[in-house]
Amino acid sequence: MKRLRTGHLRVGGFATLAVAAVMVAVLASAGAATGSTNRVNSPSLTKGQTVYFIPKDTVNPYEVIADQGGKISLTAIGDKQVVSSGTSDTAAAQEPSIQTAIETGAAGIVIAGNDPAALCPELNQAMAKKIAVVTFDSDTNCRQLFINQANTQQIGESEVQILGKEMGYKGQFAILSAESTATNQNAWIAWMKVEMKKPLYKNMQLVKVYYGNDDPATSLQVTESMLQAYPNLKGIIAPTTVGISSAAQYLAHSKYKGKVILTGLGLPSQMKEYLYDGTVAEFELWNPRNLGYLAGYAVAAIASHVITPKVGQTFRAGNLGTYTIIKGVGGLQVVLGPPFVFTKANVGQFNF
Amino acid sequence: MSSDVQTATGGTSQPDMPLDPGGGGLRARLGPLMRWESGLVVLLLATVLMGSQLSSMFLESGNFFYIGINVGEFAIMALPLMLIVVTGEIDLSVTSQLELSGVVMGYLFAHGWPIAAAMVVAVCLGAVTGAFNGFLVTRLGLPSMIVTIGTLTLYEGIAQVILPNTAVGGFPAGLTKIGLVPIPHTEIPYSIGFFIIFAVITAVVLHKTPLGRSIYAIGTNREAAFFSGVHVKRIKMGLFITSGILSAFCGVLWSLRFASARYDMATGLELNVVVIVFFAGTAFSGGKGSVIGVVLAAAIFAGVQNALTLDLVPAQNQNIVIGSLLIASVLIPSVADVYRRTGQRLQDLARRRL
Repeated sequence: MKRLRTGHLRVGGFATLAVAAVMVAVLASAGAATGSTNRVNSPSLTKGQTVYFIPKDTVNPYEVIADQGGKISLTAIGDKQVVSSGTSDTAAAQEPSIQTAIETGAAGIVIAGNDPAALCPELNQAMAKKIAVVTFDSDTNCRQLFINQANTQQIGESEVQILGKEMGYKGQFAILSAESTATNQNAWIAWMKVEMKKPLYKNMQLVKVYYGNDDPATSLQVTESMLQAYPNLKGIIAPTTVGISSAAQYLAHSKYKGKVILTGLGLPSQMKEYLYDGTVAEFELWNPRNLGYLAGYAVAAIASHVITPKVGQTFRAGNLGTYTIIKGVGGLQVVLGPPFVFTKANVGQFNF
Repeated sequence: MSSDVQTATGGTSQPDMPLDPGGGGLRARLGPLMRWESGLVVLLLATVLMGSQLSSMFLESGNFFYIGINVGEFAIMALPLMLIVVTGEIDLSVTSQLELSGVVMGYLFAHGWPIAAAMVVAVCLGAVTGAFNGFLVTRLGLPSMIVTIGTLTLYEGIAQVILPNTAVGGFPAGLTKIGLVPIPHTEIPYSIGFFIIFAVITAVVLHKTPLGRSIYAIGTNREAAFFSGVHVKRIKMGLFITSGILSAFCGVLWSLRFASARYDMATGLELNVVVIVFFAGTAFSGGKGSVIGVVLAAAIFAGVQNALTLDLVPAQNQNIVIGSLLIASVLIPSVADVYRRTGQRLQDLARRRL
């Protein structure tokens, strides 16, 4: 009935619209009915809810896999996943998707924020409307829970450890990052700098942090310019899948192949050939499918009131096991697990 | 050669007196219906119809707010840009002026200035950046396309120097809610409220004053306008300053709406403004454009995007739709033009044979 009332505002005359509105109203009320019967005092996860996954953009291969993971867990629960975002990595491009989630009365939002602050007005409004808000991959300042892909400190430290080991703890290196504003990148880089203070690395020198904006062409160009600017460069850490694959592509076809050490965070599918041809020896990542899968269970648990977001609350995430909410840097978080090191020997087992 | 020249002159100055009497009569009768704005009205109705079919949410009164909030700033900036294009110039630096203004407002506020003072300084800065564009174009005679691509990067660069890598926020909650709530007792977002006011002012100036006629005159024939006493340079300068001020004003709105300011917060979005201006039927070569066209184009642009988002059409497919609309907006009038010219050329050929 509600939809018929508002429908007359503009185009009361169109019979087709009226028919469509009636059909939609019927469908909507049917959907609402199934939703409410399942909700009654059930201690388990609510079925039939809709969860919005809002990646940084719709084409980032890493987040496409994470979204697939979310679909697996939400489907297992009996909920529906909607993936919606823009094509550019800006807050303005993500905003319409949050608005749509609010308008359509979604149960939860899982978002990888393009900006920690600018999304807050919309996300706060979503939470005010009882929508569960969970962030993953890139955190925002306003959410109930952050799904941390791995301990930020562990990632920053291990990247430097791998590079140091391969460089013989000697020489200059640079960092190839994504956007200069990306929260996750800057947090990892901060921990890299902390690790560098150890005496073990006294003969290693970080010359500069470059930004490839998670754009293949820019990352390629930036790789070229860092090698020209620092002829003695011995290593590159690229803690971004776009950055490391672009840098590997450049190194593989240059005189620096095998001479300049490259490591960072990469996708096995993109990096396989560079491990096999010797451009890269080791890189790290967690499993993005598991990240999205865990986010799906976390958002469903909050939306179903199985847990309230508080330190010490635990929930079960399907075949990944049980997770406990802990205190993180920007608020509450759960940590997926330590990063995984991919080498020529093991990369063949991974198909993402 | 001589027949080509004749054709071209006949085609532009006397479109209603072609050599083919049948086609001309038909066109004369259909004339008012074939105006670009009439096409936009039809397209707007089609958008509303499509939106209502795609999602039950589209015609909900609350959705009007969301349709408006995502286009408000672009629509405001499209008004002065349309005027600039009518005079035969362009300003592509609108979004970097928006960013610089927002960043300066945020910077001053973070350094203890009262928000009102920071907002005033930010908007005044727009007059300076706009005047710099105008100076390069009118006084040094440089091409506006290149100049404003330059300042697009330049102003964003300055913004990044002021606020590198960080966002500033913490603006008063009473102001930041302009992105979340409409003007009381309506469904109209604040930015659209301002757009309506600016659109009315622009329409009155453009269509009812000597200044408006001068703006059209500059775009139709710059030399003729100059020799009939129109202050070509001064008017263009004024338009660039207006564009700067309104872009800066949008910078204030944008920063409040997102409760933060960052140097790259509107990177790439100048194309949205450009799409609205040209979709409105504004001629790239100047001399043609209207406020009602901008209003309709902004409404269609916002409606299509909202409907496609509600229907969960992926963003890249939305870009295909928007891009195609823009190409159609320049293609359709020029196809009609090519059709007419070809007809005339055939006529000329036939006469020469005789």
